[in-house]
Amino acid sequence: MGRDGNAPALTLHGIVKTYGPVRANDGVDLDVRWGEVHALLGENGAGKSTLMNVVYGLTRPDAGEIVFDGRRVTINGPTDAIRLGIGMVHQHFMLIPPLTVAENVILGHETARSGLLDLSEARAEVGDLARRHGLEVDPEARAQDLSVGLQQRVEILKALYRGARLLILDEPTSVLTPQEAERLFEVIRGLTAQGTAVIFITHKLGEVMAVADRITVMRRGQVVADTTPVESGPPDLARLMVGRPVLLRVDKKPARPGAVLLRLEGLRVDDDRHQTAVDGVDLEVRAGEIVGVAGVEGNGQEELVEAIVGLRSPRLGRVVLGAQDVTRLGTRRTLHAGVSFIPADRHRMGAILELAVADNLVLSDYDRAPFARGILRRFQAVWEYALRAIKAFDIRTEGPGQPLGSLSGGNQQKLVVARELSTDPRVLIASQPTRGVDVGSIEFIHRQIVARRDAGLAVLLVSSELDEVLSLADRVAVIYRGRIVAVLEGDAVERERIGLMMAGAA
Amino acid sequence: MRALGEFLTGRRFRDAVLLPVISLLCGFAVASVVVVLSGANPLDAFGALFQGAFTNRHAVPETLIATIPYIFLGLGVAVGFRAGLFNIGAEGQFYLGAVFGVFVGFNLHGLPGIVHVPIAFLAGMFGGFLWASIPGVLKARFGAHEVITTIMLNYVAFLLTDYLINNKGPLADKHATAPKTPFIDATAQLPILLPGSRLHMGLILALLAVPLVWFLLARTTIGFRIRAVGLNATAARAAGISVGWTLVTVMGISGALAGLAGADEVLGVSHFMPPSFSVGYGFDAIAVALLARSNPWAILPSAFLFGAMRSGAGFMQLVTGVSADLISIVQATVITFVAAPLLVRWIFRLREVPEAPVHIAEVGGLGAAAPGSAAPTTLEETATS
Repeated sequence: MGRDGNAPALTLHGIVKTYGPVRANDGVDLDVRWGEVHALLGENGAGKSTLMNVVYGLTRPDAGEIVFDGRRVTINGPTDAIRLGIGMVHQHFMLIPPLTVAENVILGHETARSGLLDLSEARAEVGDLARRHGLEVDPEARAQDLSVGLQQRVEILKALYRGARLLILDEPTSVLTPQEAERLFEVIRGLTAQGTAVIFITHKLGEVMAVADRITVMRRGQVVADTTPVESGPPDLARLMVGRPVLLRVDKKPARPGAVLLRLEGLRVDDDRHQTAVDGVDLEVRAGEIVGVAGVEGNGQEELVEAIVGLRSPRLGRVVLGAQDVTRLGTRRTLHAGVSFIPADRHRMGAILELAVADNLVLSDYDRAPFARGILRRFQAVWEYALRAIKAFDIRTEGPGQPLGSLSGGNQQKLVVARELSTDPRVLIASQPTRGVDVGSIEFIHRQIVARRDAGLAVLLVSSELDEVLSLADRVAVIYRGRIVAVLEGDAVERERIGLMMAGAA
Repeated sequence: MRALGEFLTGRRFRDAVLLPVISLLCGFAVASVVVVLSGANPLDAFGALFQGAFTNRHAVPETLIATIPYIFLGLGVAVGFRAGLFNIGAEGQFYLGAVFGVFVGFNLHGLPGIVHVPIAFLAGMFGGFLWASIPGVLKARFGAHEVITTIMLNYVAFLLTDYLINNKGPLADKHATAPKTPFIDATAQLPILLPGSRLHMGLILALLAVPLVWFLLARTTIGFRIRAVGLNATAARAAGISVGWTLVTVMGISGALAGLAGADEVLGVSHFMPPSFSVGYGFDAIAVALLARSNPWAILPSAFLFGAMRSGAGFMQLVTGVSADLISIVQATVITFVAAPLLVRWIFRLREVPEAPVHIAEVGGLGAAAPGSAAPTTLEETATS
């Protein structure tokens, strides 16, 4: 591990890539060696993805030099990258759900015998490859039936099948349980032991400490540090990433819960395929407390949240807001009754990227005073309101008229939080409120939520990031297969135990 | 001047002006090949097309007459696009508008023109609205895809008019030898705008419809809802916007505009209704809206262009022997190029003008982001003005 004597696998010299006025990569040097795990650490928008897209041939740099395995190379597309032996596992998997594991792995590189697809050989080959790298997965299983963790293995197998000697993993743990992440780390160590180089893109400090041999920290398109876990601890790394000291723990006083503001009674909700997703959930959230729902993604959290805000009709049970039954009130009236909603998927549900910042800030109130009179929109009022929100929530933007899509992820999310907290809600449903958000913004969003809790807001926090739940929540409800398997508070809130419960093992 | 320079090199200029113009030139280029293959001279053919559209006697008024339905229909299809709806049914809605308009035109008597004409127009709008609401409701309530339902309803509309007008149909003119409706009353006929020509008041109405639709989309809460749903229906729903209701509204507005075009055609041009009434205005309108990238203002030049081609084609066929259907080839090619801006960019090696990465999604397919959903500028405009 971390053998400095290893031969260089990939060397980048002075990579520059500009998008208009933005220098996404501003003279980046990177040096990755065979057999090492090289963490590429940085906030969203720091230029990590751009840099890796350059390496994988998805974008062409304006300037700079790529040296792979001792030769200077030009990479014009993923095909070139694959031929050189560079593989990439994207954050969003690119599998074809109805095809089997073997079919997915060989797709595009099929072995044919006299023009006919030879699947039995492919199956054997894929099975063999999987065993060799400790990536056990049934070659005949359909991709759609696999857990997220297994799907990720298939993606890694795909890259290895194509002969990858340098593997780029883009935020690979964002969809895994702590235990699954641990197994992924073992796989990565196995690969590097055989000489493969791994570039591990992340913004999570814990993972870097656990798995990286070397760390390159990027900020605003530039490399700000080239270090190792031994030389730099988490506080140093956080400071390097953000450019200033960061509070890694949320400062909060003990909760002083008041009256019950949100009550779920025997809630049963179906998913889109009419399968039971939420299987009888009872839960109470009081004024002035944060109740965290911990669980691996896909255990009914999304359906639960959608049922609460009226986006999905529950089959059975009730959602009670204060004294008002809002179960079948519909989204609009539920929101107007005092519920605010931060959806998990900001791009799909939380905001409209093509619309202006100001339009997004009034997305649910665009037709109410003071933002409209009759059917006429009042742009003056919208504009002034937007200026205030931008200031209060520190949204970094050129102005209210800028399209939301051109803001960084963290600032987009701050906008969603601003919109949802500005309506003076009684209950906040926050689903993955800091996903894909930089450390600085996470800190800000967490502080905002805690401050509102102290002012009497009832918060239901749904997050698959256990650390987030642990640091924010006053009580933790663990969800597994649509059921709350335990509600823990005080000393009972233990990381290891919750991790096991999330996996259905306790 | 600097602002102009920025505009000419910017993304909006490229998307709104450069790409459509290039697409158009490509359309004519492909058509030229076809003309050569058919043994004629493209320059002669396009010369005659131009002559027929602009320089012949009555050519300009006739071009404008053909432009009128394209404006209404193009606006209608464009409004649908902005909500992410592909209204292929403009032709059928146009028919229904004409039926309702002609019905009021020949059944009400003794009204002054200033009352009769508006009633007939309203009836036409109602007809189109009604016809378009069906797919709107089907989509909102059951998720039926509007492309399928609107196409199918076109056939229902054609056959329904056939039934109404043919031989013993309820709207047929019992005294006529050929199947048609009776003539509308003189009070329902639109006044002539240019003496000695057929150019009628409908042009004014069409020119007024453009700013009205723009205002609706850019300045009202309904327009905001439409755009929000078109850009991201899931996010709109999560914000409490009723997506179903918005889709019904949009289809209704789109159909009402198509119905207006149908009524205008009866009240202003033909004054009665034969069974095969339209020359495919409703289908051309899809191209009009695409070329305009669903921008209400851009509908004007786009509709004018199609009107000119439509009105010049007959003369071209007459003098050069090149089939009038040639303009369909131009149209089809234009649509292909407009729908595939990457193709145009590749052919002409246009440099990518960078902006927010999300705009790549803008080129989307049928159901994706409305083709031509323009950059969100309403607020910028108010702020700078």
